[in-house]
Amino acid sequence: MRQPWKNDMNWSDVTPKAAWLNRRQLIAGGAAAVAAGPAWAKLDYKTSALSTDETPNTLEEITTYNNYYEFGTRKSDPAANAHTLKTDPWSVEIAGLVDKPGTYDLAELMTGLPLEERIYRFRCVEAWSMVIPWIGFELGKLLEKVGTQPGAKFLRMETVVRPEEMVGQRSRILDWPYVEGLRLDEAMHPLTIMATGLYGEELPNQNGAPIRLVVPWKYGFKSIKSVVKIELVAEQPVNTWQAINAREYGFYSNVNPEVDHPRWSQASERRIGGGLFAKRIDTQMFNGYGDQVASLYDGMDLTKNY
Amino acid sequence: MTLAQSINGWLRRVPAWTLYVVFALWGGWYFYLALTRSTGIWTNQVQGLEHVVGLLALKILIAILAITPIRTYTGINLVKFRRALGVSAFFLVLYHFLVWWFLDVQTLGRVVADIIKRPYITIGMGALVLLLPLAVTSNNLSIRKLGPLAWRRLHWLTYPAVLLAAVHFVWLRKGWQLEPLTYLAIIVALLLLRVKWRRLALALPGLSRG
Repeated sequence: MRQPWKNDMNWSDVTPKAAWLNRRQLIAGGAAAVAAGPAWAKLDYKTSALSTDETPNTLEEITTYNNYYEFGTRKSDPAANAHTLKTDPWSVEIAGLVDKPGTYDLAELMTGLPLEERIYRFRCVEAWSMVIPWIGFELGKLLEKVGTQPGAKFLRMETVVRPEEMVGQRSRILDWPYVEGLRLDEAMHPLTIMATGLYGEELPNQNGAPIRLVVPWKYGFKSIKSVVKIELVAEQPVNTWQAINAREYGFYSNVNPEVDHPRWSQASERRIGGGLFAKRIDTQMFNGYGDQVASLYDGMDLTKNY
Repeated sequence: MTLAQSINGWLRRVPAWTLYVVFALWGGWYFYLALTRSTGIWTNQVQGLEHVVGLLALKILIAILAITPIRTYTGINLVKFRRALGVSAFFLVLYHFLVWWFLDVQTLGRVVADIIKRPYITIGMGALVLLLPLAVTSNNLSIRKLGPLAWRRLHWLTYPAVLLAAVHFVWLRKGWQLEPLTYLAIIVALLLLRVKWRRLALALPGLSRG
């Protein structure tokens, strides 16, 4: 395979050293970490008009309550187990109907793609939600960079498979690797980003480090974590949850208060952080991003294409 | 004196009502955690409370099923704690239901809609309904009024109730998850132990006649 714009840089070369030391080491390092200065883990990014002005959830909430079955099925498992995943070096294979296929080092892949902070609502299919200040770049800009061919209609992504580093992958809860997909126009939409950071710092492992998809108008499971492969394809891919239970999880999985999950209502949600007595809030069509994305689905029956 | 006998002797000195105190404090402690914690499972306090209370109830129900096999295989007699365990489990299931109603789904309309539309909730509700007559008749007066045989038959409802509770747990998770399936497997094993004994009891008189 051809490997364009190859350079000698590693992901670590564009990352401040302290950022790839994990937090526990930083805390243990004490004075040494403080001496590293205030800029140690900050990523360089711009703000975006696409961000919501809602108050983000705390870093603690975002990093201790996760669905990431590669590290276990309990919400607290990823925070406890994800530290074993080595995210540097990291490469991503770009395959299928693209002009410049190849396996790219992450730093190389991100060259020339400006990082932005995107504060998005995040709605889980389990009817809870958060507001998350992601740092990332638009997937569409990456796709422009690698060049999509005319036959490409969909995009298929895979999560890394490393049972030795991902304890949940040692049992067959899901059919690894985790697979997700988007229609090409969804992937090219400016709201769709590949996130590499959170709260101004590098993405913690439990949130899908070093690179994950974020599609804010779809249920959270569409936003595949720790991506190692992006393939442009002609046919609609079968995503992991659809393969497990097509009646409950579709390909589109757009947030839709009018189409219930067979086992629970999607009409309302619990915003994390409200405490024990918080009122549920109404779920918005397309998670509140309808103005930007509803036109993608003109003429489609969303009760059939759930 | 055997170990089982000395354990039984020690257990005789523990009044069964202590279990009510233990589980009331336990349930209260969970509520306190839900009020004051905000990490891990308590990041989503309502779901966390729902889950830990439901799981505690399920564990007590399993303990109830284990009492007879423990006596059969070890001679340790926990029968006197069975009523307190059963009533405690019922109140915890009720607590679980009320948390779901008032703190989680919040409106009676959603409660009714979910019970009708969502099988895993229907099943959980079924378990609560089956436990209701058992809780109401958990007193000596009821045993006298119903007669011991009818009372025992009524309390066999424990078996389907526990089974429904386990299926409810398996079904509410995404995919087939190990934790709830383990609970279900333990319950099925404890129920199968009983089936075997019944068959033996029925077969033995037949053999003696033959």
